[in-house]
Amino acid sequence: MDRFAHKRGKLVPLPSDSLVPERDLNSAPVLETRHLGIEFGGLKAVDDFNLTIGKTEIAGLIGPNGAGKTTVFNLLTKVYQPTKGTILINGTDTHGMSTAHVNRIGVARTFQNIRLFNNLTVEENVKLGLHNHIKYGMAGGILRLPNYWKQEKIAHDKAMELLSIFDMEHLANHKAGSLPYGAQRRLEIVRALGTNPSLLLLDEPAAGMNPSETVDLMENIIKIRDTFQIAIMLIEHDMNLVMGICEGICVLNFGKVIAKGSPEDIQSNPVVIEAYLGKKKEGE
Amino acid sequence: MRKLKTTTKIDFATYIGVIIAFVVITVLMNGGMLTRSFSGMLVPICCSIVMAVSLNLTVGILGELSLGHAGFVSVGAFSGVIASQSLVNAVESEPVRLLIAIVVGAICAAIAGILIGIPVLRLRGDYLAIVTLAFGEIIKDLINCLIVGVDSKGLHVLFNAKGTLTVQDLNLKEGGSVIIKGAQGATGIKTISTFTAGFILVMVALIVVLNLTRSRSGRAIMALRDNRIAAESVGINVTKYKLMAFVTSAALAGAAGALYGLNYSSLVSSTFNFNMSIEILLMVVFGGLGNIWGSVIAAAAIKLLPEMLRALADYRMLIYAIILILVMIAINNPTIKGLLGKILPKKKGDEIDG
Repeated sequence: MDRFAHKRGKLVPLPSDSLVPERDLNSAPVLETRHLGIEFGGLKAVDDFNLTIGKTEIAGLIGPNGAGKTTVFNLLTKVYQPTKGTILINGTDTHGMSTAHVNRIGVARTFQNIRLFNNLTVEENVKLGLHNHIKYGMAGGILRLPNYWKQEKIAHDKAMELLSIFDMEHLANHKAGSLPYGAQRRLEIVRALGTNPSLLLLDEPAAGMNPSETVDLMENIIKIRDTFQIAIMLIEHDMNLVMGICEGICVLNFGKVIAKGSPEDIQSNPVVIEAYLGKKKEGE
Repeated sequence: MRKLKTTTKIDFATYIGVIIAFVVITVLMNGGMLTRSFSGMLVPICCSIVMAVSLNLTVGILGELSLGHAGFVSVGAFSGVIASQSLVNAVESEPVRLLIAIVVGAICAAIAGILIGIPVLRLRGDYLAIVTLAFGEIIKDLINCLIVGVDSKGLHVLFNAKGTLTVQDLNLKEGGSVIIKGAQGATGIKTISTFTAGFILVMVALIVVLNLTRSRSGRAIMALRDNRIAAESVGINVTKYKLMAFVTSAALAGAAGALYGLNYSSLVSSTFNFNMSIEILLMVVFGGLGNIWGSVIAAAAIKLLPEMLRALADYRMLIYAIILILVMIAINNPTIKGLLGKILPKKKGDEIDG
């Protein structure tokens, strides 16, 4: 009877524990991962990662150091190709797509260790974010056809508009590498917004910021969500920020999701407390 | 009044500098005030400038080290010579023939650039440098094996891989002529290169490279240099823009090669050896990576320096090398840089046009 058991596919129940904000119920989720996983030579860096993010949700991804948070971002942006599972962006399967392609269908990100184009100006950095929305070719650029001037003017205005989110217009002609740390982090967000994403991934946006800068950042993240009507997913160690603005939180430990839910649920979840603080000894 | 961007100002200064140099040299030449050896240097200098500017696109702007630039120059040189020689009777006007030769040279070098670029640009850093070096040597040897002739029936091409074929094997009809004689190279070339053509080619190369750098495509190329992962994350197609820079660079090198080849009555492929690639790279490093006007000045200086040191006879190359070392040390010295910074007007926040 069981001779063909190994030839039959194994059945897996689809995840039904997805949580999205109520206002996003009428639209398709911007991101859906199913059994997403990656192995590095036998080590399961991320395993069975299921997450759904609503169209305008601000989601948090937290976990102790080395839990695999940045690996999840690298999987979503195809810096690594997953060894298991699927990623759906606005319902499109991203199987086999390159990083650049995933960006074109709506995923933009910032990096934990800032990655700007340091030798280019702030404005040029933002224009690179707008790259795929500027429409002229190589010949148009070399011959400076009328379309070049028109498109560059539009790109300039758009870049200034985006920089104004963080009041950075006056820095437009400074080299990106010469900016102070906080401004570099903000510029990375502006550049990512330039690509017109439907999902913005922020990798430790508040790292190295002082408390008042962090409060500004929290306000700005909400402002970005409200203005652009996009979903934002962030990795952050600053719990004030995560608990303050995230609607759904996902906790990772050793590559596995150990808890999902609202900030209140997460704060009182014993598994999360254990992951962060360790197990209570008996009798304590 | 609208203020211009600093980059725009630098571009215009570069164009104007080259135009002034051209006018001054032309006036001096017409006045008979230039020595024969100096007048003979003018076309090679123009070629070197174009080669340096084009290599700067790969090394300085794309940020990939290429050691095989002479390979593209030789492809351009020999295809340009073949085009020009086979059209000697068909196209009377020398400037038109030169133009055709340069365009053919550029196209052939661009094709070579695409063929080499697709596999090679997957590599990075040292590996890419080694492979381009090997490519330069391969091209040189391949051209060594070519026997090309032309007659009323058109071009005859033999590939003398075993070394057994001779010019007779071309079976040319009466009135036909041999263009490339294998290892002996091309001989009896009608020299049609002129300083004016060289100047125009320099201007075209400058306009192509500078305008490309200031455009959407150029920004993408520089983004790849500064941070490849970030460039990919904003949706930039890595292969496309790497290839664009590499092929543009090869095409310009090919155009320079055609001009160079048609400046001499005979041409052998061993001219385009590794030393030539290194000399072009030297011009780029000397002028500053990514600095186009620097490449122009460095190319002219490095070509002229051995000429100016001719009086030193046997010590010429020794002094040449010492001067290069001293200049390299000087331009990288922080104290001297600081002094220059005080003398030159300070950079202010640039204004934006529009």
